[in-house]
Amino acid sequence: MTDPSKDNASAQDQSELFTGGKRARTVKGTPAKSMPAFTLGEDLAALADRDERIVVLTADLASANRTVEFRDRHPGRFFDFGIAEKNMVTAAAGMAASGQIPFAATFASFLGILAAEQIRTDCAYPNLPVRLVAHHSGISMGFYGTSHHALEDLSMMRTIAGLTVVSATDATLLRTIVAASLDHPGAIYMRLGRGRDPDVYERAPDGFAFGKAIRLREGSDLTIIATGAEVHPALQAADRLAADGISARVVDMHTISPLDGEAVAAAAAETGAILTVEEHNVTGGLGSAVAEILVDCDRVPFARHGVPDEFAPVGPPAALYAHYRLDAAGIAARARELLG
Amino acid sequence: MTDRPTAPETGKRARGRNVSHDYLADRARFVRKETVRLSRIAGAGHYSSTFSAAELFAALYYAHMRINPAEPGWPDRDRFVLSKGHAAIGLYPVLADLGYFDPALLDNYTRLGSPFGDHPDMKKVPGIDFSSGSLGHGLSVGVGMALAGRVQGRGYRVHVMLGDGELAEGQIWEAAMSAAHFRLGALVAIVDRNGLCIDGHTEEVMSVEPLEDRFAGFGWEVHRIDGHDFGQILSVLDGLPEAGEGRPQAIVADTVKGRGVAMMEGALNWHVGNLSDDDYDAVMAELDAGLKPARWEHSR
Repeated sequence: MTDPSKDNASAQDQSELFTGGKRARTVKGTPAKSMPAFTLGEDLAALADRDERIVVLTADLASANRTVEFRDRHPGRFFDFGIAEKNMVTAAAGMAASGQIPFAATFASFLGILAAEQIRTDCAYPNLPVRLVAHHSGISMGFYGTSHHALEDLSMMRTIAGLTVVSATDATLLRTIVAASLDHPGAIYMRLGRGRDPDVYERAPDGFAFGKAIRLREGSDLTIIATGAEVHPALQAADRLAADGISARVVDMHTISPLDGEAVAAAAAETGAILTVEEHNVTGGLGSAVAEILVDCDRVPFARHGVPDEFAPVGPPAALYAHYRLDAAGIAARARELLG
Repeated sequence: MTDRPTAPETGKRARGRNVSHDYLADRARFVRKETVRLSRIAGAGHYSSTFSAAELFAALYYAHMRINPAEPGWPDRDRFVLSKGHAAIGLYPVLADLGYFDPALLDNYTRLGSPFGDHPDMKKVPGIDFSSGSLGHGLSVGVGMALAGRVQGRGYRVHVMLGDGELAEGQIWEAAMSAAHFRLGALVAIVDRNGLCIDGHTEEVMSVEPLEDRFAGFGWEVHRIDGHDFGQILSVLDGLPEAGEGRPQAIVADTVKGRGVAMMEGALNWHVGNLSDDDYDAVMAELDAGLKPARWEHSR
């Protein structure tokens, strides 16, 4: 992520979003297990072998999100709704009201943004166990442009009462989240990257729970609170800061709602400065959620790092991450600025 | 509440029960009178949208649907999704009457903390199969319920009542397309074709006709009936194919918005209203006297 010249997201790579992960799996330099979206189908298929409640829905993106692997193993429980996301989400709610646990997967821009009202009114309000799998979030679709970017979904989703909003840091955490979701009450919005996010976890973290942040690295000078695809570069940034003698705690705030306020308050009290990092508009997302906790804490240096309140330009994803300083170098630089 | 019959049948009810039309007409009158009574508690109500559906409610719940008021969540029950959620004021009394909950609860209709709002909440009202209010969603809910029934191998049928005005919502047609694609023979859409939306006649605000052609073009089998005639309603419901793989079924029920109260029939100003005390007594008396020929019918 730090060196655009080594990024996978060439124009050729991005074309594979639509043709499927089988080829994308072999993209040079990216191990197969580092592709959260692309393990989704097989993870769900394995769970569905022993849980008859699971059904999977998508909207003409079965190859992009690899739910084809679920379809191949459980064809009677797979439903492709075509390019009709609102219908898909509400139908998922109807299925949930009839005893199923539906996983409805499509691009984040066409789920959390396009179908926001269906998520609120049909999934969250009736407290139904619909799992909304929003992949290719943030600016990960690069040059496909604003229609395909999702920089507003965290903000929109976290204001919906009773809706759990969670980011999948990597393939391992996605698998953990999906398994934990089966017996979790109510609807869940799962925000995924583009399926090639580098590994953060070697195995499922002990004691995973929604709403319970994971402290990945101890530190004393500041805390970097990151979510989703920004956790990995945040760890890399902590390495860079350490080389400069700055000790950074890194927290994976996988759950945006309900937010782990105790982790935020502890970070403020124990490290004295907080930098939030998110692949999202800084208005309304992780940074805003953390600010809502900090307003009741003793004042500490605090900055929200993410995409400013604007529509992102087009470009390859790595170039965009560099543009917005959402790579390791950018995060480290922003941390130094914060500490003055 | 004196209209409630004594000793209703209890337990599981089979589909397509033999019930007299006189009894159903009495229950439709009960729906209308309760709508008037509850609207006074709230200070406003959706009178006319509910009156157009009164016979449909009565036929579905007292004669047709496979239900069990003693077990609202019975997995094999037929479902009813009130996509036009603003007619819930007429559905609550039916559910209370059948024993889903204590009818006395309705005396606090819409007051602070009541389970009963203008639009129904499935988490608060036993017998409500899905929450509604935002128009255009219900047919998608029905698609999901019918798919779940297929996955689980159950033979239940899913009835979705649509308003005619809400057919302008695009999601309805996404759902219609998918229902035919998935061959959801268990899905029944009932269009309460009362001719009016809030701003005027549907054909002037946003035309929905030709409805038979439109549903047929989406792959549905279409029936068109008089939605106030129990003979026609029960004939089409009882004649539906078994709930299985096949074409989804659309019943376009021509109705009269405001049916049963002369001043409301076909009137644009009674979508939401509040009767004065004098009018309240007059309307109750008019309803007690029974239906007279409708004064209006919508243009097709």
